Amino acid sequence: MIRLIPDSVSQIERAEEICFKFDGQPIKAHKGETILVALMKNGINHLRDAPMDGKPRGAFCCMGLCQECVVKVDGKLVESCETIATDGLIVQSLRH
Amino acid sequence: MIETCDVAIIGAGPAGANAGIMAASQGCHTIIIDEQAMPGGQIWRAKSEAIKSAPMTPEIIDGDKLRVSIAESNLTHIANARVWQIERELDEWVLHFIINGRSEKIGAKVLILATGAREYVQPTPGWTLPGVIGLAGATALMKRDLLTPGKRTVVSGTGPLVFFVASEIRRLGGEVAAIVTPNSRADWLRALPSMSYRIDLLRRGFVWVADLLLAGIPIFWRHAIKQIDGETKVQSVKVTKLGNDWSPKGPAHLLEADSVCLGHGLQAASEASQLLGIDVKYQLELGGWVPEVQEDGITKINGLFICGDGAGIRGAAAAEIQGKLAGLSAAKSIRPEVNSSNLALLNSYRRASRFGMAMTGLSIPRKGFQKLITQETIVCRCESLLRCDIENEIETGAATTNAVKSGSRAGMGPCGGKYCQSTIAKIIADRENQSEEKIAPPTPRPPLRPVSASALSGEFEYTDLQIPKPAPL
Repeated sequence: MIRLIPDSVSQIERAEEICFKFDGQPIKAHKGETILVALMKNGINHLRDAPMDGKPRGAFCCMGLCQECVVKVDGKLVESCETIATDGLIVQSLRH
Repeated sequence: MIETCDVAIIGAGPAGANAGIMAASQGCHTIIIDEQAMPGGQIWRAKSEAIKSAPMTPEIIDGDKLRVSIAESNLTHIANARVWQIERELDEWVLHFIINGRSEKIGAKVLILATGAREYVQPTPGWTLPGVIGLAGATALMKRDLLTPGKRTVVSGTGPLVFFVASEIRRLGGEVAAIVTPNSRADWLRALPSMSYRIDLLRRGFVWVADLLLAGIPIFWRHAIKQIDGETKVQSVKVTKLGNDWSPKGPAHLLEADSVCLGHGLQAASEASQLLGIDVKYQLELGGWVPEVQEDGITKINGLFICGDGAGIRGAAAAEIQGKLAGLSAAKSIRPEVNSSNLALLNSYRRASRFGMAMTGLSIPRKGFQKLITQETIVCRCESLLRCDIENEIETGAATTNAVKSGSRAGMGPCGGKYCQSTIAKIIADRENQSEEKIAPPTPRPPLRPVSASALSGEFEYTDLQIPKPAPL
Protein backbone atom coordinates (compact mmCIF):
# COMPACT_ATOMS: atom_id res chain seq x y z
CA MET A 1 0.00 0.00 0.00
CA ILE A 2 1.27 3.48 -0.87
CA ARG A 3 1.57 5.66 2.22
CA LEU A 4 2.03 9.39 1.79
CA ILE A 5 2.65 9.71 5.53
CA PRO A 6 4.88 6.85 6.66
CA ASP A 7 4.37 4.94 9.88
CA SER A 8 6.66 6.47 12.52
CA VAL A 9 6.36 3.78 15.18
CA SER A 10 9.69 2.06 14.47
CA GLN A 11 11.53 5.37 14.81
CA ILE A 12 10.24 6.23 18.27
CA GLU A 13 12.64 5.60 21.12
CA ARG A 14 11.16 5.69 24.61
CA ALA A 15 12.75 6.02 28.03
CA GLU A 16 13.45 3.03 30.28
CA GLU A 17 10.57 1.13 31.79
CA ILE A 18 9.30 1.53 35.32
CA CYS A 19 6.42 -0.20 37.06
CA PHE A 20 3.57 1.07 39.23
CA LYS A 21 0.41 -0.47 40.61
CA PHE A 22 -3.12 0.32 39.60
CA ASP A 23 -5.69 -1.28 41.91
CA GLY A 24 -3.03 -3.84 42.79
CA GLN A 25 -2.26 -4.72 39.16
CA PRO A 26 1.32 -4.06 38.00
CA ILE A 27 1.44 -1.59 35.10
CA LYS A 28 4.53 -0.97 33.01
CA ALA A 29 5.25 2.61 31.99
CA HIS A 30 8.07 4.53 30.40
CA LYS A 31 9.80 6.94 32.76
CA GLY A 32 8.30 10.40 32.30
CA GLU A 33 4.86 9.25 31.12
CA THR A 34 1.67 10.22 32.86
CA ILE A 35 -0.39 7.64 34.74
CA LEU A 36 -3.10 8.01 32.10
CA VAL A 37 -0.80 7.28 29.17
CA ALA A 38 0.52 4.13 30.84
CA LEU A 39 -2.99 2.91 31.66
CA MET A 40 -4.29 3.59 28.15
CA LYS A 41 -1.35 1.71 26.61
CA ASN A 42 -2.35 -1.22 28.77
CA GLY A 43 -5.91 -1.00 27.45
CA ILE A 44 -7.31 0.43 30.69
CA ASN A 45 -9.79 3.26 30.07
CA HIS A 46 -12.31 2.79 32.87
CA LEU A 47 -10.89 4.83 35.76
CA ARG A 48 -13.89 5.96 37.74
CA ASP A 49 -17.59 5.54 38.29
CA ALA A 50 -19.53 8.79 38.21
CA PRO A 51 -20.74 9.79 41.69
CA MET A 52 -24.33 10.51 40.66
CA ASP A 53 -25.27 7.65 38.31
CA GLY A 54 -22.47 5.16 38.99
CA LYS A 55 -21.71 4.80 35.26
CA PRO A 56 -18.15 4.13 34.03
CA ARG A 57 -15.93 7.09 33.14
CA GLY A 58 -12.44 7.65 31.86
CA ALA A 59 -10.20 10.39 30.49
CA PHE A 60 -11.96 12.89 28.27
CA CYS A 61 -10.11 16.20 27.74
CA CYS A 62 -6.60 14.79 28.38
CA MET A 63 -5.32 18.26 29.32
CA GLY A 64 -6.25 18.80 32.96
CA LEU A 65 -9.60 20.53 32.58
CA CYS A 66 -12.49 18.06 32.78
CA GLN A 67 -11.46 16.08 35.91
CA GLU A 68 -12.88 12.87 34.44
CA CYS A 69 -9.60 10.98 34.78
CA VAL A 70 -8.96 11.56 38.49
CA VAL A 71 -7.48 8.67 40.44
CA LYS A 72 -6.14 8.36 43.98
CA VAL A 73 -2.44 8.57 44.79
CA ASP A 74 -1.40 8.63 48.48
CA GLY A 75 -4.99 9.25 49.47
CA LYS A 76 -5.16 12.37 47.30
CA LEU A 77 -7.19 12.88 44.14
CA VAL A 78 -4.96 13.64 41.17
CA GLU A 79 -5.55 14.07 37.45
CA SER A 80 -4.06 10.96 35.89
CA CYS A 81 -3.53 12.90 32.64
CA GLU A 82 -1.18 15.38 34.33
CA THR A 83 0.50 13.21 36.98
CA ILE A 84 3.75 11.52 36.04
CA ALA A 85 3.95 7.81 36.91
CA THR A 86 6.94 6.92 39.08
CA ASP A 87 8.42 3.55 39.93
CA GLY A 88 6.51 1.80 42.71
CA LEU A 89 3.66 4.33 42.77
CA ILE A 90 0.40 3.02 44.24
CA VAL A 91 -2.56 4.26 42.22
CA GLN A 92 -6.17 3.51 43.00
CA SER A 93 -9.14 3.89 40.72
CA LEU A 94 -12.40 5.47 41.80
CA ARG A 95 -14.38 2.53 40.49
CA HIS A 96 -16.97 1.24 42.92
CA MET B 1 6.21 41.01 50.26
CA ILE B 2 5.50 39.20 47.03
CA GLU B 3 7.58 39.30 43.89
CA THR B 4 6.33 41.98 41.50
CA CYS B 5 7.08 42.22 37.80
CA ASP B 6 6.21 44.66 35.03
CA VAL B 7 4.30 42.27 32.82
CA ALA B 8 2.72 38.96 33.81
CA ILE B 9 1.29 36.69 31.11
CA ILE B 10 -1.04 33.76 31.59
CA GLY B 11 -0.44 31.10 28.95
CA ALA B 12 2.68 30.16 26.97
CA GLY B 13 1.08 29.20 23.67
CA PRO B 14 1.75 31.07 20.40
CA ALA B 15 0.10 34.26 21.72
CA GLY B 16 1.42 34.35 25.29
CA ALA B 17 4.95 33.29 24.41
CA ASN B 18 5.29 35.91 21.67
CA ALA B 19 3.77 38.58 23.90
CA GLY B 20 6.34 37.68 26.54
CA ILE B 21 9.30 37.68 24.18
CA MET B 22 8.19 41.06 22.82
CA ALA B 23 7.61 42.66 26.24
CA ALA B 24 10.95 41.35 27.52
CA SER B 25 12.75 42.65 24.41
CA GLN B 26 11.39 46.13 25.20
CA GLY B 27 13.06 46.04 28.61
CA CYS B 28 10.10 44.97 30.74
CA HIS B 29 10.60 42.52 33.59
CA THR B 30 8.28 39.80 32.27
CA ILE B 31 6.96 36.60 33.84
CA ILE B 32 4.97 34.01 31.94
CA ILE B 33 2.88 31.45 33.86
CA ASP B 34 1.78 28.28 32.12
CA GLU B 35 0.09 25.00 32.99
CA GLN B 36 2.38 22.84 30.90
CA ALA B 37 5.91 21.70 31.62
CA MET B 38 7.20 23.41 28.47
CA PRO B 39 6.04 26.43 26.46
CA GLY B 40 4.12 25.80 23.24
CA GLY B 41 0.44 25.67 24.16
CA GLN B 42 -1.82 23.01 22.73
CA ILE B 43 -0.68 23.46 19.14
CA TRP B 44 3.05 23.22 19.81
CA ARG B 45 2.87 20.98 22.87
CA ALA B 46 6.29 19.53 23.65
CA LYS B 47 7.05 15.80 23.87
CA SER B 48 7.21 14.25 27.33
CA GLU B 49 10.46 13.12 28.90
CA ALA B 50 9.41 9.56 28.11
CA ILE B 51 10.21 10.17 24.43
CA LYS B 52 13.95 9.95 23.84
CA SER B 53 13.75 10.43 20.09
CA ALA B 54 11.09 10.54 17.40
CA PRO B 55 10.71 11.83 13.84
CA MET B 56 10.27 15.60 13.58
CA THR B 57 6.87 17.06 12.76
CA PRO B 58 6.04 20.63 11.68
CA GLU B 59 4.47 21.19 15.12
CA ILE B 60 7.64 20.10 16.92
CA ILE B 61 9.85 22.23 14.64
CA ASP B 62 7.75 25.37 15.23
CA GLY B 63 7.42 24.60 18.94
CA ASP B 64 11.16 24.06 19.36
CA LYS B 65 11.83 27.37 17.61
CA LEU B 66 9.57 29.10 20.11
CA ARG B 67 11.14 27.30 23.07
CA VAL B 68 14.60 28.37 21.95
CA SER B 69 13.45 32.00 21.59
CA ILE B 70 12.03 31.92 25.11
CA ALA B 71 15.21 30.40 26.50
CA GLU B 72 17.26 33.13 24.78
CA SER B 73 15.03 35.95 26.01
CA ASN B 74 15.05 37.63 29.41
CA LEU B 75 11.64 36.44 30.42
CA THR B 76 10.95 34.20 33.39
CA HIS B 77 8.87 31.14 32.62
CA ILE B 78 6.95 29.54 35.49
CA ALA B 79 5.95 26.05 34.34
CA ASN B 80 3.40 23.56 35.70
CA ALA B 81 1.51 26.40 37.36
CA ARG B 82 -2.23 27.00 37.25
CA VAL B 83 -3.64 30.46 37.90
CA TRP B 84 -6.85 30.06 39.88
CA GLN B 85 -7.57 33.61 41.03
CA ILE B 86 -6.66 37.13 39.88
CA GLU B 87 -7.19 40.19 42.06
CA ARG B 88 -6.58 43.90 41.74
CA GLU B 89 -4.81 45.40 44.74
CA LEU B 90 -4.28 49.15 44.48
CA ASP B 91 -2.65 49.55 41.06
CA GLU B 92 -1.28 46.06 40.79
CA TRP B 93 -2.55 42.67 39.67
CA VAL B 94 -2.10 39.77 42.05
CA LEU B 95 -2.07 36.32 40.48
CA HIS B 96 -2.68 33.27 42.65
CA PHE B 97 -1.46 30.01 41.19
CA ILE B 98 -1.03 26.39 42.22
CA ILE B 99 2.46 25.01 41.81
CA ASN B 100 3.82 21.79 43.37
CA GLY B 101 0.57 21.37 45.28
CA ARG B 102 0.82 24.80 46.94
CA SER B 103 -0.77 28.14 46.24
CA GLU B 104 1.65 30.98 45.53
CA LYS B 105 1.24 34.50 44.23
CA ILE B 106 3.02 37.15 42.23
CA GLY B 107 2.24 40.79 41.55
CA ALA B 108 2.32 42.54 38.18
CA LYS B 109 1.84 46.09 36.93
CA VAL B 110 0.37 44.83 33.68
CA LEU B 111 -1.40 41.58 32.87
CA ILE B 112 -1.71 39.86 29.50
CA LEU B 113 -4.27 37.05 29.23
CA ALA B 114 -3.33 34.48 26.58
CA THR B 115 -5.55 31.70 27.85
CA GLY B 116 -6.23 30.17 24.45
CA ALA B 117 -9.14 28.03 23.42
CA ARG B 118 -11.22 25.21 24.72
CA GLU B 119 -12.87 22.52 22.62
CA TYR B 120 -16.63 22.41 22.26
CA VAL B 121 -17.87 18.85 22.25
CA GLN B 122 -21.55 18.53 21.65
CA PRO B 123 -23.06 15.93 23.98
CA THR B 124 -23.72 12.69 22.11
CA PRO B 125 -25.54 9.63 23.49
CA GLY B 126 -22.78 7.49 25.02
CA TRP B 127 -20.10 10.22 25.04
CA THR B 128 -19.30 9.58 28.71
CA LEU B 129 -18.14 6.00 28.00
CA PRO B 130 -14.44 5.39 28.67
CA GLY B 131 -12.63 5.46 25.34
CA VAL B 132 -14.36 8.62 24.09
CA ILE B 133 -12.00 11.59 24.20
CA GLY B 134 -12.01 15.08 22.73
CA LEU B 135 -10.32 15.66 19.37
CA ALA B 136 -8.12 18.23 21.09
CA GLY B 137 -7.41 15.69 23.82
CA ALA B 138 -6.29 13.22 21.17
CA THR B 139 -3.81 15.76 19.81
CA ALA B 140 -2.48 16.26 23.35
CA LEU B 141 -1.89 12.51 23.82
CA MET B 142 -0.29 12.17 20.41
CA LYS B 143 1.92 15.25 20.66
CA ARG B 144 3.12 14.64 24.20
CA ASP B 145 3.42 10.87 24.36
CA LEU B 146 2.95 9.72 20.75
CA LEU B 147 0.08 7.59 22.04
CA THR B 148 -2.96 6.74 19.91
CA PRO B 149 -6.42 7.03 21.50
CA GLY B 150 -6.99 3.27 21.08
CA LYS B 151 -6.41 0.40 18.68
CA ARG B 152 -9.26 1.23 16.30
CA THR B 153 -10.73 4.71 16.44
CA VAL B 154 -13.67 6.55 14.94
CA VAL B 155 -12.61 10.17 14.43
CA SER B 156 -15.60 12.46 14.36
CA GLY B 157 -16.21 16.17 14.34
CA THR B 158 -16.10 19.45 12.46
CA GLY B 159 -13.38 21.47 10.78
CA PRO B 160 -9.81 20.46 9.92
CA LEU B 161 -8.92 18.71 13.17
CA VAL B 162 -10.53 15.36 12.21
CA PHE B 163 -8.11 14.94 9.31
CA PHE B 164 -5.07 15.86 11.37
CA VAL B 165 -6.08 13.49 14.18
CA ALA B 166 -6.87 10.61 11.80
CA SER B 167 -3.59 11.09 9.98
CA GLU B 168 -1.61 11.17 13.24
CA ILE B 169 -3.35 8.03 14.54
CA ARG B 170 -2.17 6.18 11.46
CA ARG B 171 1.33 7.63 11.63
CA LEU B 172 1.59 6.44 15.23
CA GLY B 173 0.48 2.90 14.47
CA GLY B 174 -3.26 3.04 15.21
CA GLU B 175 -6.15 2.09 12.97
CA VAL B 176 -8.80 4.59 11.88
CA ALA B 177 -12.22 2.89 11.60
CA ALA B 178 -13.71 5.91 9.83
CA ILE B 179 -13.84 9.68 9.73
CA VAL B 180 -17.30 11.08 10.41
CA THR B 181 -17.70 14.79 9.73
CA PRO B 182 -20.77 17.02 9.50
CA ASN B 183 -18.95 19.13 6.90
CA SER B 184 -19.53 18.33 3.25
CA ARG B 185 -16.96 18.42 0.47
CA ALA B 186 -18.76 21.52 -0.82
CA ASP B 187 -18.23 23.27 2.56
CA TRP B 188 -14.51 22.72 2.12
CA LEU B 189 -14.50 23.93 -1.48
CA ARG B 190 -16.20 27.14 -0.40
CA ALA B 191 -13.54 27.69 2.28
CA LEU B 192 -10.62 27.23 -0.14
CA PRO B 193 -10.21 30.87 -1.24
CA SER B 194 -9.76 32.07 2.37
CA MET B 195 -7.21 29.33 2.91
CA SER B 196 -4.83 30.60 0.24
CA TYR B 197 -2.93 32.50 2.98
CA ARG B 198 -1.49 29.25 4.25
CA ILE B 199 -0.59 27.20 1.19
CA ASP B 200 1.65 25.09 3.44
CA LEU B 201 -1.27 24.03 5.63
CA LEU B 202 -3.54 23.58 2.64
CA ARG B 203 -0.98 21.22 1.14
CA ARG B 204 -0.66 19.27 4.36
CA GLY B 205 -4.44 18.97 4.48
CA PHE B 206 -4.53 17.52 0.98
CA VAL B 207 -1.84 14.99 1.91
CA TRP B 208 -3.77 13.93 5.04
CA VAL B 209 -6.95 13.34 3.04
CA ALA B 210 -5.18 11.70 0.08
CA ASP B 211 -3.33 9.34 2.42
CA LEU B 212 -6.57 8.37 4.17
CA LEU B 213 -8.31 7.78 0.85
CA LEU B 214 -5.39 5.69 -0.49
CA ALA B 215 -5.65 3.55 2.64
CA GLY B 216 -9.35 3.02 1.91
CA ILE B 217 -10.48 4.64 5.15
CA PRO B 218 -14.14 5.61 4.84
CA ILE B 219 -14.87 9.32 5.15
CA PHE B 220 -18.51 9.92 6.03
CA TRP B 221 -19.10 13.50 4.80
CA ARG B 222 -22.18 15.31 6.18
CA HIS B 223 -22.59 12.61 8.82
CA ALA B 224 -22.43 12.55 12.61
CA ILE B 225 -22.27 10.06 15.43
CA LYS B 226 -25.76 9.23 16.65
CA GLN B 227 -24.81 6.94 19.49
CA ILE B 228 -21.79 5.32 21.10
CA ASP B 229 -22.29 1.92 22.75
CA GLY B 230 -20.32 -0.32 25.07
CA GLU B 231 -20.31 -1.77 28.59
CA THR B 232 -17.33 -0.22 30.34
CA LYS B 233 -15.58 0.89 27.16
CA VAL B 234 -16.47 1.88 23.60
CA GLN B 235 -17.45 -1.13 21.46
CA SER B 236 -19.48 0.30 18.60
CA VAL B 237 -20.59 3.58 17.08
CA LYS B 238 -23.75 4.40 15.13
CA VAL B 239 -23.44 7.13 12.51
CA THR B 240 -26.21 8.92 10.68
CA LYS B 241 -26.51 11.16 7.64
CA LEU B 242 -27.28 14.84 8.23
CA GLY B 243 -29.48 17.26 6.36
CA ASN B 244 -28.37 20.72 5.23
CA ASP B 245 -28.97 22.23 8.68
CA TRP B 246 -27.16 19.22 10.19
CA SER B 247 -30.25 17.63 11.68
CA PRO B 248 -30.12 13.82 11.60
CA LYS B 249 -31.68 12.24 8.58
CA GLY B 250 -31.85 8.65 7.42
CA PRO B 251 -30.80 5.28 8.81
CA ALA B 252 -27.72 4.61 10.94
CA HIS B 253 -24.57 2.67 10.00
CA LEU B 254 -22.79 0.61 12.61
CA LEU B 255 -19.01 0.86 13.04
CA GLU B 256 -16.88 -1.26 15.36
CA ALA B 257 -14.24 0.61 17.35
CA ASP B 258 -12.65 0.68 20.80
CA SER B 259 -12.25 4.45 20.88
CA VAL B 260 -13.80 7.66 19.60
CA CYS B 261 -12.37 11.16 19.18
CA LEU B 262 -15.07 13.80 19.18
CA GLY B 263 -14.97 17.59 18.79
CA HIS B 264 -17.02 20.43 17.34
CA GLY B 265 -14.80 23.44 17.13
CA LEU B 266 -12.96 25.71 19.52
CA GLN B 267 -14.19 28.48 21.76
CA ALA B 268 -12.31 31.33 23.43
CA ALA B 269 -11.43 30.49 27.04
CA SER B 270 -12.70 33.80 28.38
CA GLU B 271 -13.40 33.10 32.08
CA ALA B 272 -10.38 35.05 33.30
CA SER B 273 -11.28 38.02 31.09
CA GLN B 274 -14.87 38.00 32.32
CA LEU B 275 -13.77 37.60 35.92
CA LEU B 276 -11.80 40.84 35.59
CA GLY B 277 -14.78 42.75 34.23
CA ILE B 278 -14.34 42.52 30.46
CA ASP B 279 -17.65 42.31 28.61
CA VAL B 280 -18.18 39.43 26.22
CA LYS B 281 -20.04 39.63 22.94
CA TYR B 282 -21.40 36.90 20.71
CA GLN B 283 -19.46 36.54 17.47
CA LEU B 284 -20.26 33.23 15.88
CA GLU B 285 -17.51 33.67 13.27
CA LEU B 286 -14.99 33.71 16.17
CA GLY B 287 -16.42 30.64 17.89
CA GLY B 288 -19.15 32.21 20.06
CA TRP B 289 -18.71 34.47 23.11
CA VAL B 290 -15.50 36.50 22.98
CA PRO B 291 -14.13 39.26 25.20
CA GLU B 292 -14.17 42.84 23.91
CA VAL B 293 -10.61 43.60 22.91
CA GLN B 294 -8.83 45.60 20.22
CA GLU B 295 -6.55 44.08 17.58
CA ASP B 296 -3.52 45.31 19.54
CA GLY B 297 -4.70 43.55 22.70
CA ILE B 298 -5.89 46.70 24.47
CA THR B 299 -9.03 46.37 26.62
CA LYS B 300 -11.19 48.90 28.46
CA ILE B 301 -9.33 48.10 31.69
CA ASN B 302 -6.03 49.88 32.24
CA GLY B 303 -3.16 47.45 32.46
CA LEU B 304 -5.12 44.50 31.08
CA PHE B 305 -4.43 43.04 27.65
CA ILE B 306 -5.86 39.98 25.87
CA CYS B 307 -4.47 38.16 22.84
CA GLY B 308 -4.66 34.94 20.86
CA ASP B 309 -7.51 32.45 20.67
CA GLY B 310 -8.69 33.65 24.09
CA ALA B 311 -9.81 36.80 22.26
CA GLY B 312 -11.66 34.80 19.55
CA ILE B 313 -10.68 31.77 17.49
CA ARG B 314 -8.41 33.01 14.69
CA GLY B 315 -5.84 30.22 14.86
CA ALA B 316 -2.19 29.89 15.80
CA ALA B 317 -0.68 32.09 13.08
CA ALA B 318 -2.90 35.03 14.04
CA ALA B 319 -2.28 34.32 17.74
CA GLU B 320 1.49 34.61 17.27
CA ILE B 321 1.14 38.02 15.66
CA GLN B 322 -1.48 39.33 18.07
CA GLY B 323 0.80 38.17 20.89
CA LYS B 324 3.53 40.45 19.53
CA LEU B 325 1.07 43.34 19.20
CA ALA B 326 -0.21 42.85 22.75
CA GLY B 327 3.36 42.55 24.03
CA LEU B 328 4.16 45.93 22.43
CA SER B 329 0.99 47.52 23.85
CA ALA B 330 1.80 46.19 27.30
CA ALA B 331 5.41 47.40 27.06
CA LYS B 332 4.22 50.86 26.03
CA SER B 333 2.01 51.09 29.11
CA ILE B 334 5.11 50.42 31.26
CA ARG B 335 7.59 52.44 29.18
CA PRO B 336 5.84 55.23 27.28
CA GLU B 337 8.84 55.68 24.97
CA VAL B 338 8.10 52.32 23.30
CA ASN B 339 6.74 52.68 19.78
CA SER B 340 3.81 50.28 19.74
CA SER B 341 2.32 51.12 16.37
CA ASN B 342 3.34 48.57 13.80
CA LEU B 343 1.30 48.62 10.63
CA ALA B 344 3.14 45.68 9.05
CA LEU B 345 2.31 43.46 12.04
CA LEU B 346 -1.29 44.63 12.02
CA ASN B 347 -1.69 43.79 8.34
CA SER B 348 -0.20 40.35 8.68
CA TYR B 349 -2.45 39.76 11.69
CA ARG B 350 -5.50 40.54 9.57
CA ARG B 351 -4.35 38.20 6.80
CA ALA B 352 -3.65 35.38 9.24
CA SER B 353 -7.03 35.94 10.91
CA ARG B 354 -8.85 35.32 7.65
CA PHE B 355 -7.39 31.82 7.44
CA GLY B 356 -8.15 31.03 11.08
CA MET B 357 -11.68 32.34 10.79
CA ALA B 358 -12.33 30.21 7.71
CA MET B 359 -11.39 27.16 9.80
CA THR B 360 -13.61 28.38 12.64
CA GLY B 361 -16.44 28.84 10.14
CA LEU B 362 -16.17 25.20 9.08
CA SER B 363 -16.16 24.07 12.70
CA ILE B 364 -19.29 25.80 13.97
CA PRO B 365 -22.24 23.42 14.33
CA ARG B 366 -25.40 24.37 12.44
CA LYS B 367 -28.79 24.75 14.02
CA GLY B 368 -30.17 21.23 13.46
CA PHE B 369 -27.11 19.57 14.99
CA GLN B 370 -28.40 19.77 18.55
CA LYS B 371 -31.30 17.48 17.60
CA LEU B 372 -28.73 14.71 18.07
CA ILE B 373 -28.77 15.44 21.81
CA THR B 374 -31.60 13.15 22.89
CA GLN B 375 -33.57 13.72 26.09
CA GLU B 376 -31.60 10.93 27.79
CA THR B 377 -28.15 12.27 26.79
CA ILE B 378 -25.88 13.43 29.62
CA VAL B 379 -25.28 17.17 29.17
CA CYS B 380 -23.45 17.97 32.43
CA ARG B 381 -20.86 15.22 32.80
CA CYS B 382 -19.83 16.10 36.37
CA GLU B 383 -23.34 15.88 37.82
CA SER B 384 -24.68 13.30 35.29
CA LEU B 385 -27.53 15.64 34.33
CA LEU B 386 -29.49 14.68 31.22
CA ARG B 387 -30.93 16.96 28.58
CA CYS B 388 -34.40 16.33 30.07
CA ASP B 389 -33.13 17.50 33.51
CA ILE B 390 -31.94 20.76 31.93
CA GLU B 391 -35.22 21.17 30.03
CA ASN B 392 -37.23 20.55 33.22
CA GLU B 393 -35.24 23.31 34.91
CA ILE B 394 -35.98 25.67 31.99
CA GLU B 395 -39.64 24.63 32.22
CA THR B 396 -39.76 25.87 35.83
CA GLY B 397 -38.70 29.33 34.64
CA ALA B 398 -34.90 29.22 34.45
CA ALA B 399 -34.29 31.25 31.29
CA THR B 400 -30.59 32.06 31.80
CA THR B 401 -27.47 29.93 32.15
CA ASN B 402 -27.01 31.30 35.69
CA ALA B 403 -30.54 30.25 36.65
CA VAL B 404 -30.13 26.74 35.22
CA LYS B 405 -26.83 26.46 37.04
CA SER B 406 -28.17 27.44 40.45
CA GLY B 407 -31.29 25.37 40.02
CA SER B 408 -29.80 22.15 38.70
CA ARG B 409 -26.09 22.28 39.70
CA ALA B 410 -25.16 21.97 35.99
CA GLY B 411 -21.76 23.66 35.89
CA MET B 412 -21.02 23.44 39.62
CA GLY B 413 -19.06 20.19 39.37
CA PRO B 414 -15.29 19.73 39.24
CA CYS B 415 -14.91 20.92 35.63
CA GLY B 416 -16.47 24.25 36.53
CA GLY B 417 -18.96 24.17 33.67
CA LYS B 418 -16.30 24.12 30.95
CA TYR B 419 -17.95 21.22 29.13
CA CYS B 420 -21.69 21.91 29.58
CA GLN B 421 -22.38 25.63 29.56
CA SER B 422 -22.36 26.18 25.80
CA THR B 423 -24.76 23.29 25.30
CA ILE B 424 -27.04 24.54 28.05
CA ALA B 425 -27.15 27.96 26.39
CA LYS B 426 -28.11 26.27 23.11
CA ILE B 427 -30.88 24.29 24.84
CA ILE B 428 -32.24 27.44 26.52
CA ALA B 429 -32.17 29.30 23.20
CA ASP B 430 -34.03 26.42 21.57
CA ARG B 431 -36.68 26.12 24.29
CA GLU B 432 -37.22 29.86 24.64
CA ASN B 433 -37.18 30.44 20.89
CA GLN B 434 -34.33 32.93 21.24
CA SER B 435 -31.16 33.36 19.24
CA GLU B 436 -28.00 32.12 20.96
CA GLU B 437 -26.58 35.63 21.21
CA LYS B 438 -29.33 36.43 23.72
CA ILE B 439 -28.22 33.66 26.10
CA ALA B 440 -25.04 34.83 27.83
CA PRO B 441 -22.59 32.45 29.52
CA PRO B 442 -22.86 32.19 33.32
CA THR B 443 -20.94 34.56 35.59
CA PRO B 444 -17.48 33.04 36.05
CA ARG B 445 -16.30 32.60 39.63
CA PRO B 446 -12.93 31.72 41.06
CA PRO B 447 -11.30 29.27 41.26
CA LEU B 448 -10.53 29.38 37.54
CA ARG B 449 -9.03 25.90 37.95
CA PRO B 450 -9.83 23.24 40.57
CA VAL B 451 -7.91 23.87 43.78
CA SER B 452 -7.57 21.39 46.61
CA ALA B 453 -8.16 22.67 50.14
CA SER B 454 -4.72 21.34 51.14
CA ALA B 455 -3.07 23.56 48.49
CA LEU B 456 -4.59 26.59 50.22
CA SER B 457 -4.08 25.51 53.82
CA GLY B 458 -0.58 24.05 53.40
CA GLU B 459 0.83 21.38 55.72
CA PHE B 460 -0.21 21.60 59.35
CA GLU B 461 -0.67 19.47 62.47
CA TYR B 462 -4.05 19.51 64.12
CA THR B 463 -2.35 20.10 67.48
CA ASP B 464 -0.92 23.36 66.09
CA LEU B 465 -4.35 24.79 65.42
CA GLN B 466 -5.31 27.45 67.92
CA ILE B 467 -8.85 26.75 68.92
CA PRO B 468 -10.46 29.41 71.10
CA LYS B 469 -12.19 28.30 74.28
CA PRO B 470 -15.91 27.82 73.82
CA ALA B 471 -17.99 30.73 75.02
CA PRO B 472 -19.53 30.14 78.45
CA LEU B 473 -23.15 29.02 78.31
